[in-house]
This record gives sequence, C-alpha cells and structure tokens, in this order.
Amino acid sequence: MNAVRRRLQTSEAIAGWAFVTPVLIGLVVFLIVPILMALWISFRDWNGFTPPGQSTFVGVDNYRALLLEQGVKRFDFALAIRNNLYYVLGVVPTQTAIAFLLAVVVNQKFLRGKSFFRTAYYFPSITSSIAISLIFIFLFQRTGAINFLLNPILASDNMNWLENANGVFHNLFSVFGVTTPPTFLAENSVMGLTLWQWISGPSVTMYAIMILATWTTLGTLMLVFLAGLQGIPNEVDEATMVDGATAWQRFRHVTLPMMKPTLFFVLTIGLIGTWQVFDQIFAISAGGPQKTTLTPAYLVYREGFRGSSMGTATAVAFILFIIIIVLTLIQRRVVNPDEV
Amino acid sequence: MSTDISTSSPQPATAPAAAAAPVDAGQPTWKRIGKRILGYAVLILFALAFIMPFALAIATSFKTRAEVQANPLGLIPQQVTFEAYRAMAAVDLPRWAFNSAVVTTFVTLGRLFLDSLAGYALARLKFPGRAAVFALVVGVLAVPGIVLAIPRFIVLGQLGLLNSYAGLILPLAVDAFGIFLMKQFFESIPKEMEEAARMDGATIFQTFWRIILPLAAPGLIALTILSFQGSWNEFLHPLIAAPSDPSLRTLPVGLALLRGAGGEQLDFPLLMAGSLLTTIPVAIIFFTFQRYFISGVAASGVKG
Repeated sequence: MNAVRRRLQTSEAIAGWAFVTPVLIGLVVFLIVPILMALWISFRDWNGFTPPGQSTFVGVDNYRALLLEQGVKRFDFALAIRNNLYYVLGVVPTQTAIAFLLAVVVNQKFLRGKSFFRTAYYFPSITSSIAISLIFIFLFQRTGAINFLLNPILASDNMNWLENANGVFHNLFSVFGVTTPPTFLAENSVMGLTLWQWISGPSVTMYAIMILATWTTLGTLMLVFLAGLQGIPNEVDEATMVDGATAWQRFRHVTLPMMKPTLFFVLTIGLIGTWQVFDQIFAISAGGPQKTTLTPAYLVYREGFRGSSMGTATAVAFILFIIIIVLTLIQRRVVNPDEV
Repeated sequence: MSTDISTSSPQPATAPAAAAAPVDAGQPTWKRIGKRILGYAVLILFALAFIMPFALAIATSFKTRAEVQANPLGLIPQQVTFEAYRAMAAVDLPRWAFNSAVVTTFVTLGRLFLDSLAGYALARLKFPGRAAVFALVVGVLAVPGIVLAIPRFIVLGQLGLLNSYAGLILPLAVDAFGIFLMKQFFESIPKEMEEAARMDGATIFQTFWRIILPLAAPGLIALTILSFQGSWNEFLHPLIAAPSDPSLRTLPVGLALLRGAGGEQLDFPLLMAGSLLTTIPVAIIFFTFQRYFISGVAASGVKG
C-alpha cells in the first residue's frame, strides 16, 4: 500500500511540474526576464534602436533627471504626477459613490427590470477603450452633442472641451477675480512647478477624460457592489425591519458596515487603475493641450517610443510601478488582513 | 397625522401572506409610489446616459458628414448613407479586423490550454514548489501593463518577434488572472470524482482531460469570454509589438492612429462606424453569455 502511495505521489509531482512548466516558461520569458532587463535599461542611456548591449551605463542619472535635476524631464514628470493626481482624486471618489448608489437602487426589491438596467450599465465596461474614446471625442467636440445640450443652459457658445488647457480650479479662481497668482504661490515651486501651477486643478480637457473614465468604470464597480449587497444575509435585513428601524437606519447601521470590505476593495482597485490611465489619453489628447493630460503612463510611451529615450521611459515606469505596488499592498492588507 | 396608515400593527409571523405582498406593504401609499418614481427616475436617467452615446454613434455612422456637423444629436439620419461603411475598405479596416480576429483566437486558445493546466496543478496536484509557483502567479498579477510595455518591446526585439503575429500573440497568451480563475474553479469541483478515476487506473492527464475538464465547462466558458474581450480590446500591447508594420495593426490600434492622423476635420461617420465594428463582436458575446461575464466580475471582486 505504501509503495502504491509513494508511486502516486511521485507521479503527482511529475505531472504537477509538467502542467505548470509551459506557463512558467511564458512567465519567465515575457515577464520576469523583461522586467529585469528593463531595470537594467533604466540605468543606461538607450535609444531603443541599436542593440541594448551597446548602450552606455549612466548610473542613477535617469532617476535623478526625473526627480532632482532642474530641466524639462523633471518638469514633465512633475506635470504628469500633478495631472494624474487630479485625475485620481476626481475619478475614484466619484465613480465609487455613484456605483454604490446605483447598486443600492438596482438592488431595491420593489423595483423591476433589474437585469435590463444591470446590462445597460455594464455594457460600456466591456467595450474597447479606443472605441469609447472615439465616441466621446464625437460627443465633446465643439459642434458635438454635449455642447448642443449645454449651450442653452450655460448660455455659452460651443465650449472648447478637447483642446482646453485651462485648469478647472484656475477657472474657478477667476470667477472670484483672481486671475494672476499671489506672489507667494508664483515664487515658490516644488519639483520645478510653481505652487500656482500645482493648484491649477485638472484642465478642462482632462476633466472631459475624467468624465469618460467614470462613465466607463461605473458598471463594473456597480456589479462588485451588487455582489456585496446580495451577500448580506436576508435574515439580517428582516430582523432589523421587524425591530422597526427606518430604511435609512438600516442602511446606515446594517448595510454600510457590512459593505465596508467591498467598499475598500472598490476604492483600491480604483486607485490602482487610475494611476495607469493610458488608452484614453492616447486616443483623445496625446498628452496635450500644453501637456495638461500628460500622465506617467503616457510619459513612458512618449519618452520610450516617440522620444527614443528608453532609459528615462523605464525609469518613469519603475517609479510608477512603486506607486502601484504600494497601493496594491495596501489593498491586499485591507481585503485579506490575514494574508501577506 | 394620527391617520397614518402605517401605524396599523405590523403583521407578525404571517410569512406566507407576506411573501406575496410587496416588501414595503406596511408603508403609506404615497410613500410607496414616491419611492418607486424616484427609483425608476434614477435608473432610467443613468440607463439613458449609458445607452445614448452608443445610439448616437450608430446614427452618426449612417449620416453624411454635413448632417453630422449640423445636427449631432439626431437619432434618425435624414439621409441614410452607407458612405462610412464603404470608406472602411480604403483605410484598411478589414485588414485590422482580420488581425484582431487572429490575435484574439490564438490568445484565447492559448490561455484556455495554459491556464487550465496550470490552474489544475495548483489546485489539486501536490508537487514540491507549488506554493512558490502560486506566489509567482499572484505577484505577477500586480504588474501593470504599462510597466511591461518597454520590457516586452525589448524582449520581443531580442527574440526577433517584433512585427510578427507571434509577437502579438505569445505575451498575451500568458496570463496570471486566468490561472487564478481556473485554480479557484477546480477547487470547487468535488474531489471524489477524480479519486474514483485514479483508483480505476487512469493517469493524471487522462483524469484531467476526460473527467475534470468537462466538469469545468462553466469555468472554461467564463475564461473564454474574459480573454476574448480582453484581447480583442487590448490596445497597448499591439501598439508596441508591431510598431513599424501597418499591415499588423489590430482594430483598436488602427482606429486610434486613424484618429491621430485625422487632424482638424475628423471623419466622424467613419470613426463611429469603426468603433461600432469594434464593439459588435464583444457585444454579441456579452449578450449571449451575460451571466458568465457577471460571475467573472463577481469572482474577481470576492478574491481580489
């Protein structure tokens, strides 16, 4: 019997390795080795065309140029961080709140047609990001549907959405008469950007892209919330109903606490996803106007494939990677406190 | 206010009767109607916000450029034209669609094969190093696509696979999420089935192929759909893997570059027609296999 068991164990070990070997080769060739090579490139000056071995070693120069040295690289990197920061701060809370609201409404027992609404909301999430971006360009162009609808309300004349570098906060300040920066904000700078530039808010064009991102992601997040809501045992809800709690009290004291893990999950996948925005930027604005939609992810592409500056591009990629890893670790810890 | 109907005693423990009545039967009528009006108003408003852009895109693709300019909101073209669909051939769009189909098919087949093998081994087979392999898979899940763009470009260059179908397909066929999904799925299948087969003398591969895979059909369907959608819509990888061969562009890449080349006066009927063509295959799959999509999202939400 022991001999049989041992033979079975051996055959399981062989089969186990045989089953995972193809995937392991793939992971090593297309993930592990590439990442190590990119790390190596980030310490070199390589144009992307000549054999990488012929590139020159430059130490931490690529990182220094992005983070410390005065110049266009640090300026662009700071702009990219600023733009993406506003993007994250605008998109994540908005999409989370609206998705939660939609899930709660769709989950109401007294409403019918759930599956229709669920389908309608989820559909944009499965559509090509490029196709969606082109549709949004059409909607937001000067003579497009959005302006057609907004002109009467704003009494404005075909607002320029897609090539508008004005910061939303700057626009807001100008409503209160502040059009030139106070000297304190104009004269102090962080990473080559004046404080006035830091507090610009997202540009109008970035704002339009934020609307697009929120619109696209809502459906997925709503489904995650819906799964969470349906995971709340019926008995809990019914028990509180018998206790005479109002709908609001039930929501506040039963639903919300029970949804906390889902809420954290949605917030963190939102944070991780929004730091990688690329497709929409590529299709809609290519980083413009005046670099106000430049993001770290787009900077990686621009430096590497347009600027032939692979060293800088990989350095940006690794800094972005660190940001995302930190956010992922926080997420893992929050979602599964026992693991990691 | 003493006439409030809801003060009538809440019927205790009449479960069968309560099951038939609406959940909020105890509330005053105006409140119940008000709640429904508000609820449907929210639902319909958002449904319009999600459906209208697609409806406008469809209408626009059948309009003349002049009409699009004059009336971007019209849902019914005054003068139906198929100009945009005819213009597709001139911009090589059929070629892009063909490339997308080839890449999507092979990536999906590759994922089905690799992910189910690895997922099964990680779920059921005891072999030394299993924990390490699984840790690697989970670790790889966290690496964002944009971080991989340049590394993959470098490796494809070294392997001589830039500007080739192999370069478009192979890196996408290795996919950590699918392994994760299949592992979870295999773990949900009762062990007794395979133990019985093994006792009858079947080899591990025979057990996997004849007993387990058929049982795992729902999981395989979910994986097929997710990888179809993912690779059909993939933009970044085909953009960097075939940088200098226009005949290897996929639909998303071709469309994005077409828009970039459009300058000031974009041909919106053509762009909308192209976008719709990109959307239709995924839409068909989506409407056919909706519940698998939704369970896939739920699974990713539960496990993180």
